[in-house]
Amino acid sequence: MNLLELLGYFNYWVFAIILTVGLYAVINKNNLIKKLIGLSIFQSAVFLMYITMDKVEGGTAPIIQEGVEGQIFSNPLPQVLILTAIVVGVSTLALGLALVVRINECYGTIEENEILDAD
Amino acid sequence: MDLLAHLPALQVVVPMLSAPLIVLLQPRGLAWAGATASALVSFAIAVTLTLAVLDGQTLEYAMGGWPAPFGITLSVDALTALMLLIVTGASAIALLAAKPSIDQQIELERQPLFYSAWMLAMSGLVGIVVAADAFNIFVFMEISSLASYILIAGGPDRRALPAVFKYLMMGTIGATFYLIGVGLIYMMTGTLNMADMEARLGDVTDINPVLVAAGFITIGLALKAAVFPLHVWVPNAYTHAPHMVTVFLAACATKVALYVLIRFDYMIFQAALVDHQMQFALFAMPLAILGILVASAVAMFEGNLKRLLASSSIAQIGYILLGASFVSIAGLSASASHLFNHALAKGGLFLAVACLAYQYRDLRLSQLGGASKRMPWTCAAFVVCGLSLIGVPGTAGFISKWLLINAALQSGPWGWALVAIILVSSLMAVVYIWRIVEALYFQPPTEEGDVVAEAPLQLLIITGLVAILNIYFGLFPQVPLELANSAASLLWEGAQ
Repeated sequence: MNLLELLGYFNYWVFAIILTVGLYAVINKNNLIKKLIGLSIFQSAVFLMYITMDKVEGGTAPIIQEGVEGQIFSNPLPQVLILTAIVVGVSTLALGLALVVRINECYGTIEENEILDAD
Repeated sequence: MDLLAHLPALQVVVPMLSAPLIVLLQPRGLAWAGATASALVSFAIAVTLTLAVLDGQTLEYAMGGWPAPFGITLSVDALTALMLLIVTGASAIALLAAKPSIDQQIELERQPLFYSAWMLAMSGLVGIVVAADAFNIFVFMEISSLASYILIAGGPDRRALPAVFKYLMMGTIGATFYLIGVGLIYMMTGTLNMADMEARLGDVTDINPVLVAAGFITIGLALKAAVFPLHVWVPNAYTHAPHMVTVFLAACATKVALYVLIRFDYMIFQAALVDHQMQFALFAMPLAILGILVASAVAMFEGNLKRLLASSSIAQIGYILLGASFVSIAGLSASASHLFNHALAKGGLFLAVACLAYQYRDLRLSQLGGASKRMPWTCAAFVVCGLSLIGVPGTAGFISKWLLINAALQSGPWGWALVAIILVSSLMAVVYIWRIVEALYFQPPTEEGDVVAEAPLQLLIITGLVAILNIYFGLFPQVPLELANSAASLLWEGAQ
């Protein structure tokens, strides 16, 4: 594989890196908010993967217009899918933050090790 | 006939629509009645669908009338019907019994929202089961997961909050892994419809992305299904959840993820990937065996009643996976039948725990001494379900253990070792169930709670009913067995 081919997969490299960074934060951070941030980063990586795969070289926005024929369109389906996945991600994040608020009310801390010590 | 055609969609729509309506019901006490009615209707739909597919046919439903490759389809076959019976049955039974326990644990003002979340969890689980579209499964999975986080955190126990946070982290990672896998398959095949996927994967020339996808999907779903060693969220989440939520989720939530895992693997990957049968067996079997042995051993030394049963659940998930990892029709039908029988046994055990918890604040075994003198019926039901969990002849649990042992013997030269493992783990189950029985029957009564009486009649009757069902399906196992067998042959044909 030569350099150009490697660069051709640029988005996928970035996808893998973001995914790992997010996962690292989820596993390694002690603060619950930081964990949630990590989770968000982790999920955004997948958004990038879906958005990348729908790109067709020379493709334009998939809108049918009168008088425009023989156009190449990008695939709209992954974008629709990822819109749904973004909504899922937002609700997960909201629920996670609500949980952190409740944890803070009950335990007075949002550091994981202090919560484990409290019980 | 016309209504029958729409039942696959109604199965999801009824609980989903009842979720917002329950919140509006006045007075607030009606929320329970609304949720129970909705769950019973769903159960009736599941029974009707089961009768329709009992002869081995598959019902297809095109949402909005759009045909398969373009629109979203729902499909119901024997395996689906079995899972629908488990999910809606567990939900209906738990809700029928739930009122006294929920009234005790959750304030009246919050109850409508709680029951609403329950309905959402149920409709999500049902949706996963009937969906024939890989992305729909993801969406339904997240609906059910988000709702079950709320259910688990809804109780008075503050330790549920960190437990749910951990569940949320692991659950989301699992679902995201699944999403990555589906994305990779979509990249290679251009379809999300599962039947279509299987057909088109045969034409894919570069198989590497599909291999990666198989890895991501298997790991993601194994996280959701609490397959050892990805089970760490289970014990705390089950222990600190409101008691009735534990009944519902322990009976069906992890099994639904396992169902998707088995379905994906057999229907899509085995036919498309070279040597995948062996890879799946080599991956799943050690995890299943380790899960069975380690979780049973943990349960033997656990002091808290609910946590003990949660550990045992992880071991039982191991049995189901073990059956699937034989990659044989006998193993699959053992797995499918264990899905049903374990839901029955564990649901009954957790119902009995809910009865005990109604009177005993502290569920450590040391605090439950002599409970049988005060709650004889609850303890009797517990013993019956416990025997079913162990797999004593005459109870439902025996049927699936017997099938599993037979399948192990047929699986090859290592069959004897596998049978030995199953027997050893059954003996471990005898030990941990006996520890509970000893506490309930043979320990001197504890000081606190001299006035402890039986649990409320509503809770008790349903618990007794489930105990009787455990015996009934041990003596007359025809219906679940028939479903399990035709489910196994469907999966087996899909894998060829």
